[in-house]
Amino acid sequence: MTLPDAAKAAALLFVVAILQVSVFNSVTIFGGYPDVLLVTLIALSLLRGSLVGAIGGFFAGLVYDTATLGTLGFTSLLLLLAGYWTGRYGETTGRDKTHAPLLAVAVITVLYTILSLVLRFLLGEGESARSVLLHALPPELLLNLLVTVPLYAFTRWFVGARRVARAQEVQLIE
Amino acid sequence: MPRLRSPKLAVLGSSTQRSASYAPRTSSALRRRIVLGALVLASLVLITVYFRESNGGALHSIQGAGATVLSPFQVGAERVAHPFQDAYNWFRGLANAKSQRDQLRLANDRLRRQVIQYKSAQRENFTLRRDLGYVSGPKFPSSYVPVTAAVIAKPPSPFEQKIILGAGAANGVRYASPVVTSDGLVGRVTQVTRHTSQVTMLTDENSAVSAVDLKTNAQGIVRHAQGAGGTLFLDRVAKQDRVQVGDPVITSGWRTGTLTSLYPRGIPIGRVSSVSRSDTSLYTFVQVSPLVDFNALDSAIVLVRKAQAPHR
Repeated sequence: MTLPDAAKAAALLFVVAILQVSVFNSVTIFGGYPDVLLVTLIALSLLRGSLVGAIGGFFAGLVYDTATLGTLGFTSLLLLLAGYWTGRYGETTGRDKTHAPLLAVAVITVLYTILSLVLRFLLGEGESARSVLLHALPPELLLNLLVTVPLYAFTRWFVGARRVARAQEVQLIE
Repeated sequence: MPRLRSPKLAVLGSSTQRSASYAPRTSSALRRRIVLGALVLASLVLITVYFRESNGGALHSIQGAGATVLSPFQVGAERVAHPFQDAYNWFRGLANAKSQRDQLRLANDRLRRQVIQYKSAQRENFTLRRDLGYVSGPKFPSSYVPVTAAVIAKPPSPFEQKIILGAGAANGVRYASPVVTSDGLVGRVTQVTRHTSQVTMLTDENSAVSAVDLKTNAQGIVRHAQGAGGTLFLDRVAKQDRVQVGDPVITSGWRTGTLTSLYPRGIPIGRVSSVSRSDTSLYTFVQVSPLVDFNALDSAIVLVRKAQAPHR
């Protein structure tokens, strides 16, 4: 990844993190709100790979935790794991599949929520798992899926199309 | 008849040695894993140190400085989005505007009658207090200086019921100051930086406020009802107290020796929405509907004690 590319990705994640904190966290529909930061990170990871996903997730999480005065490192850990996993999926089985962004967003949203519940529990800030999983997660999942296609298209337009190293050589074994 | 296959090399791009193509891939995978491991480790260290240190610790200070830097961006984003949010709320409000109007007309008539009664009672109260030389604790709102601030960050997740206000120590906000709106109590300040402050709302698991039912004088502690959205409940209400649906609940503002409640007496919290008793329970279970809409907070008022407030 070149320096301008990295700067573009960082700028995108910074702006989206600020928008998530200031705007989207209050757009409550059916008890949930769209996590555009997570969806943008997933789109970026699919387009740019696991390394960018992990570093971008860590950076976006730091901005998010700083802006919300939350536990520093908490969102970083969750987002870097989300970015890395999505990047690996994009580099391997998800490559060139049109449903990859939707599938990744669906799976990651569920895993992200469960992992954050577990982390909260470990930190002694446990919330009712039933309330989160049954009341907050379904609308959030739906809203995340709704914003996936436009956000993926925007991210691809902003940072450029996927650059994955193609196979240069195929050797047929005797 | 089986086809005969002979070993061959299918070259799609530039021909390279097989071993040469594996070496960079291996090193790339190794680099990827090292970066991932380092970032996970860094996150865990940050969480641990942040969690263990006090509010004045190094990471908290760095975060405070970072929040100050980010605050103008947050205010800008909030201002840009505000017209769109207003439009969204306007359309959403249209759906039940007519029924709300009728309800509000009835409420207005009732309140007009009450105001006349209260004015008379207030005058009587003032006279009696003066005659008795009555000494009371800090009064709301006369003993406080209001610091009004915009909400620049909303609750980061369903787990945390915390908001960030665009006013901090530089504006006179102090740790543990009560936060209200024109409707009622919101919560209290739990973290202060120079230009921002974090408010833990009543709907947070860790919030608790000593409160009183205004009609029956039943004492209790208002907490968040787990998994019940914005509903609160009045805990520790004695069974003999005849609390009824619709009773207003306000902060009790207790005082024991030199200790006083963080919240002054008289801040409205909500109305009793249900009351239930069981033979096995020691207390009455009282649900309270808050007066504040915690999901639609645009601004809030921090109450700073006059003795603590900076001179203006």
